[in-house]
Amino acid sequence: MAKGFSVRSQPGFVFIALLCFFLLYLPIATLVFYAFNAGVSVAVWEGFSLRWFQSAMHNTQVQEATLRSVFIAVTSAFLSTIAATMAALATTRTANYPGLTFKYAFINQPLMVPEIVTAVALLIVFSRIKIWTGYSGIGYLLAAHTAFCIPFAYLPIRARLENMDLTLERAAADLYATPWNAFKRVTLPLMWPGIIAGFMLAFVTSLDDVVITEFVKSGGQETLPTYMLGQLRRVVTPEINAISTVFLAISILFVTIFFFLNRKKV
Amino acid sequence: MTTVREIAEANVQREIRRRWLLTAPALIVIFLAAIGPLFVMLLYSFMVKGDYGDVKFGQFSLDGWFNVFFTRDIFDDTLTFADAHLSILWRSISLSLITTVTTLFFGFPTAYFIATRPQHQRDTWLFVVTIPFWTNILIRTFAMQEVLRNEGIVNSALMAMHLINSPIQIMFTNWAVLFGMVYVYLPLMVLPLYASMEKIDFRLVEAGYDLYATRIQVLRRIIIPLVNPGIIAGSILVFIPSLGAYVTPRVLGGGKSMMLGNLIELQFGQGRDWPLGAALSITLMVVVTLALLVYVRNASKGEGSHG
Repeated sequence: MAKGFSVRSQPGFVFIALLCFFLLYLPIATLVFYAFNAGVSVAVWEGFSLRWFQSAMHNTQVQEATLRSVFIAVTSAFLSTIAATMAALATTRTANYPGLTFKYAFINQPLMVPEIVTAVALLIVFSRIKIWTGYSGIGYLLAAHTAFCIPFAYLPIRARLENMDLTLERAAADLYATPWNAFKRVTLPLMWPGIIAGFMLAFVTSLDDVVITEFVKSGGQETLPTYMLGQLRRVVTPEINAISTVFLAISILFVTIFFFLNRKKV
Repeated sequence: MTTVREIAEANVQREIRRRWLLTAPALIVIFLAAIGPLFVMLLYSFMVKGDYGDVKFGQFSLDGWFNVFFTRDIFDDTLTFADAHLSILWRSISLSLITTVTTLFFGFPTAYFIATRPQHQRDTWLFVVTIPFWTNILIRTFAMQEVLRNEGIVNSALMAMHLINSPIQIMFTNWAVLFGMVYVYLPLMVLPLYASMEKIDFRLVEAGYDLYATRIQVLRRIIIPLVNPGIIAGSILVFIPSLGAYVTPRVLGGGKSMMLGNLIELQFGQGRDWPLGAALSITLMVVVTLALLVYVRNASKGEGSHG
């Protein structure tokens, strides 16, 4: 055999793979690069400056949209994590019982339907409710976000529970712990990493949402992604790059934390 | 007298009831703000369209569904196929298929590359793929827009190399939508492919080489059959969101290269034909469900052959 023959290598694969990594990061790198441009163009480099970060920070529309995005994301992630935790407790660590499959299908349903379809269906229903009740507040966005965040919060919590050892809870019961105490002192601490992971996944999902928000929001309820979508129709300045860069940094931070949370378990 | 058995049964019943109560909040929220509205939408697709959007509540008609496939000439009432709708439907399906094949072409070697790294490096490479995956889709689409624009990197590079004299118009064509979707959905192909490649038993590959197989034969006869479930899962994960894509074709395709998602939006905006929009949405959902069914069937078949 020729030297260095590896059973694992395939001709051209390394090249395509490295090209792939390069192409995955090229657009993002360009975007971040021009966020620091001193000029008004997103194509001609005129020197380093932080002016677009400053202008984004002082833009009241951006401020409001950011606050709204964070408020919606925190609230709906919180609500969906509670609902998902309860649901995960009720659908794991048990023999199959009537309705279990139905519950799985129901909870995961938002993942199966294209976002645009859910968005349009919500538009139809909520616009009718808006006419009937006259209420057009942020409650609609919260309800919609909570619903589609539930499956994202549910998956890691369920995974955590399924890998959990039941003997510890039995031991607690043997030592005369009440069911509530056993849950609080044994089960909850054990499933906590799953709950945190679920919350973070729900938070990022809500923060990133464009399509459903775009259709459900009432006037003056822009979130950061819908604000950006609106801006893309106009002449784009590096301000959008600056906002995207900050957004990107937050996402990367979250993914990193999530990554290490999940790795510890193994 | 109650027997032990009856007490046990009562306990089981109580346990099941408790489990339903625990699931109730999640089920209710999803019903109210995800599943329920789909049924309302189905109802709306059979109503008469309102003059300024919305519907005439309670008046039923089949026009919404009729308009998905046909147009009635406003002057002489002749029927023709709704060319515009069918061409958009065709574009959605064909672009999604091409996106799937392209992501497979790039994703397969990438996943293989990660799976054949030493154990401690794999997590890092996976992490490198996951970051773009968790980056907001709008930001990634916008990044792609900057690359594809007339003044963008691609055109500047080609012009700097004197391959072209004036920028090629890529934005607002099918190409732009295709590039955008491949870029946005590529991680969805790599991740499931990696999951099944990680489990490859390379002794089988070695055996293949011992029996004088060429690299291509090893790839075709050993590796691809082994990772087939990953190929199917990745293809479904890319194909389904591509079909329902909204943001990418809106930003990169504009009004010229619309997909089904944008056609649906149009009916609720300028088109003011909610029943048609509802019918189109349900059509999209049916196509997606069919694709999922094909996947489930293949997946269970695969399991059977291993068991």
